[in-house]
Amino acid sequence: MKKMDLLVTGVGGQGVVLASDIIGETAIAAGFDVKKTDTLGMAQRGGSVVSHVRMAPKVWSPLIREGQADLLLAFEKLEAARWSHYLRPGGIAIVNMYEQPPLSVSLGQEKYPAQDEIAAALKRQTDQVYFVDGTGQAQKLGNVRTLNLFMLGCFAAFAPLEIDIWKESISRFLPENLREINFKAFEIGRKEIEGGRIR
Amino acid sequence: MNKVNTLQLLSGNEALALSAYHAGVQVATAYPGTPSTEILENLSRFKDIHAEWSTNEKVAMEVALGAAYTGARAMVSMKHVGLNVAADPFMAASITGIIGGLVVITADDPQIHSSQNEQDNRHYARLAKVPMLEPSDSQEIYDLIPLAFDMSEQFDTPVLVRTTMRIAHSKSVVNVKRSRTVKNAQPAFHFNVQKYVMLPVNALPRHVLVEKRLLKLADFSETFPFNQITWGKRDLGIVTSGVAYQYAREVFPEASFLKLGMTWPLPKKLIKKFADGVKRLIVIEELDAFLQENIQAMGIKVTGKEFIPLVGELNTRIVTDNCVGAGLLPESETVKVIPPASGMPRRPPLLCPGCPHTGIYSVLNTIGQRSKLLESKEPQEPKLIIAGDIGCYTLGAYPPLNVLDTTACMGAGIGQALGMEKAGVKSKVVAVIGDSTFMHSGITGLINAVYNDGHITILILDNHTTAMTGHQEHPGTGLSAQGEPAAIVDIESLVKGIGVKDVKVINAFDIKALRAGVKDSLERPEVSVIIVRGNCAVKVKKRANPRAVDAEKCTQCGTCLRLGCAAIQTKDGVVSIDPTLCAGDICTICEQLCPQKAISGPGKGN
Repeated sequence: MKKMDLLVTGVGGQGVVLASDIIGETAIAAGFDVKKTDTLGMAQRGGSVVSHVRMAPKVWSPLIREGQADLLLAFEKLEAARWSHYLRPGGIAIVNMYEQPPLSVSLGQEKYPAQDEIAAALKRQTDQVYFVDGTGQAQKLGNVRTLNLFMLGCFAAFAPLEIDIWKESISRFLPENLREINFKAFEIGRKEIEGGRIR
Repeated sequence: MNKVNTLQLLSGNEALALSAYHAGVQVATAYPGTPSTEILENLSRFKDIHAEWSTNEKVAMEVALGAAYTGARAMVSMKHVGLNVAADPFMAASITGIIGGLVVITADDPQIHSSQNEQDNRHYARLAKVPMLEPSDSQEIYDLIPLAFDMSEQFDTPVLVRTTMRIAHSKSVVNVKRSRTVKNAQPAFHFNVQKYVMLPVNALPRHVLVEKRLLKLADFSETFPFNQITWGKRDLGIVTSGVAYQYAREVFPEASFLKLGMTWPLPKKLIKKFADGVKRLIVIEELDAFLQENIQAMGIKVTGKEFIPLVGELNTRIVTDNCVGAGLLPESETVKVIPPASGMPRRPPLLCPGCPHTGIYSVLNTIGQRSKLLESKEPQEPKLIIAGDIGCYTLGAYPPLNVLDTTACMGAGIGQALGMEKAGVKSKVVAVIGDSTFMHSGITGLINAVYNDGHITILILDNHTTAMTGHQEHPGTGLSAQGEPAAIVDIESLVKGIGVKDVKVINAFDIKALRAGVKDSLERPEVSVIIVRGNCAVKVKKRANPRAVDAEKCTQCGTCLRLGCAAIQTKDGVVSIDPTLCAGDICTICEQLCPQKAISGPGKGN
């Protein structure tokens, strides 16, 4: 059995917490010890959100430490860069290309980092950086809320978890009428990574 | 509920609720507060118990205490500062004791993720002379809660269970192995004046019993199964509890551990035995030197807070680096980390798009000329002093709204506003308070202001829910915690009943009316109340007609941006509204404010 320390980040309202909950349940079903903790701050919506998920034969601390995350799954570009120092050297980063400018950027007080600045922040630790168009793919499917299942699909390409177990745990979290479209998003995400593995 | 035997991924709060249910809790009370809220939320789903949102933590404690007097098992949960509010009945519960088990949950918030202070509530156990349990993950919570109820009944005492944010909100694997059993299905209250009526003549003998109880509990703690020694290498022994145990165990896989699940009263013999068995003894604990100082008081040589921080949460990096500094780990163990990426804009929490607080805050900002306050280097009195309170609306203190001058604790704003006025400040003074906070502890402040001839204006921001903690019901919403229809305490009638003559109710999304209302109230030589009414945007499911900016009319004046609405964005100098974030027809604040009339919904203005 392997272990994986995973950081899921994004902006409040994007579905980060649900995604990390599904990952946690899937990992338990696969026989791992699991700990998962979210840091949400005070905001209902719009704040920076980070979820730590740890799976191993035995997990002590619920928090991943800086420089220790095997994988960074970012729902928003700026949030990928913000948490880049949590990646271990040679870790994997999967980054949704979506930009949600913080208020200070809209007010013209700060600048949203350019694409190469975000890439550079991540590449301080690793060359394994995958930029994916999750928001675009979710829109194409006709429901932006499928973004989190698309991102889960991307993660599944690297996770030490069998596909059948994923299907089961996803079903438990989603109402029946939303399952088909979300399974589709999951599959598109998985193929997106597998199609572009060599980078 | 049938017996299940499965592994579930549960947060500390979920495990706590389930365990209390299985332990036969009959009455559960709480006031919402991070990180404790989900305990009662989860309990309220069980329809065969009484679970309630009480108006505040003091009332919650009193309801639970009353239930426990009848032999029912009762539990009351709150955040750390909630226990300050409930301290009076908590101390009373200690001296009268109980009949049915009474478990008091305090959920502390090291690192101040969502609170007004950082406070170590382990001191309350010592103050109240009651036992305290400190679980270190969800499984331990599940296993400890039934013991807490048993202990409560065995020793005739409330039992304090202290969690922290990282325990309450982390999910970990729980083997759910019990089902519900109720010990006393028909509670009854038995006449016993010596126990329940704390006149001096009864209270002094009860104090003697409390002291005897504490000695018995100290004996009990020596063999309590969750106080455990794990012998490793004998050169270092670590005493620890709660989530700090998890960090310490990961950082020191080979050391000897005394892990305390019961941290008051302390097992002195067990601690002495452990101390004698190791070369160097340290304590790793979050916040205060609670264990350390109490162990030192036993005459045992121990260190801890000399190198472990007093402030903030711990984690494995902090423990490692500080233990390297103290010579407990080799230099090579220092965590090598790269710094966070530089130049990344922050993303502070904001009011949501469509928030009913944005309009009134925009009005207060302009009437009070608040933006000027940030520019001035000299200390100055705001033109309009705004005493704030605790809730989502506290976020109005952030730029660009800048509309709060104070935030202390629940309900404090009204009293503070009156105090400033009575001190004789030249500026007008207003207090801002939410509907749930008003019910919690604003009412007594308002009565005081009326009685003492205040000239302040009180804005009750009524979004019809307890928003910040995740939309819990309260006495004004018409629903109980368990989703049943409930009597509505009408804020308007209540305020009038208190004797306020000038009471206005204004639509939170009508800028003109808000401005006129505030201006009128400020001029009145009396207590004036404005109820600013509008539903919380997160609760409004139906979103229609997001607004859009007409780029030709827009002069980039920045008026709409100064609302701090996340939906209104600029890119390369062009202002636009993100249609997936905009609340549309329910709000229209930006449309009302735009001097160029450049913002409109579909079908208008084009």
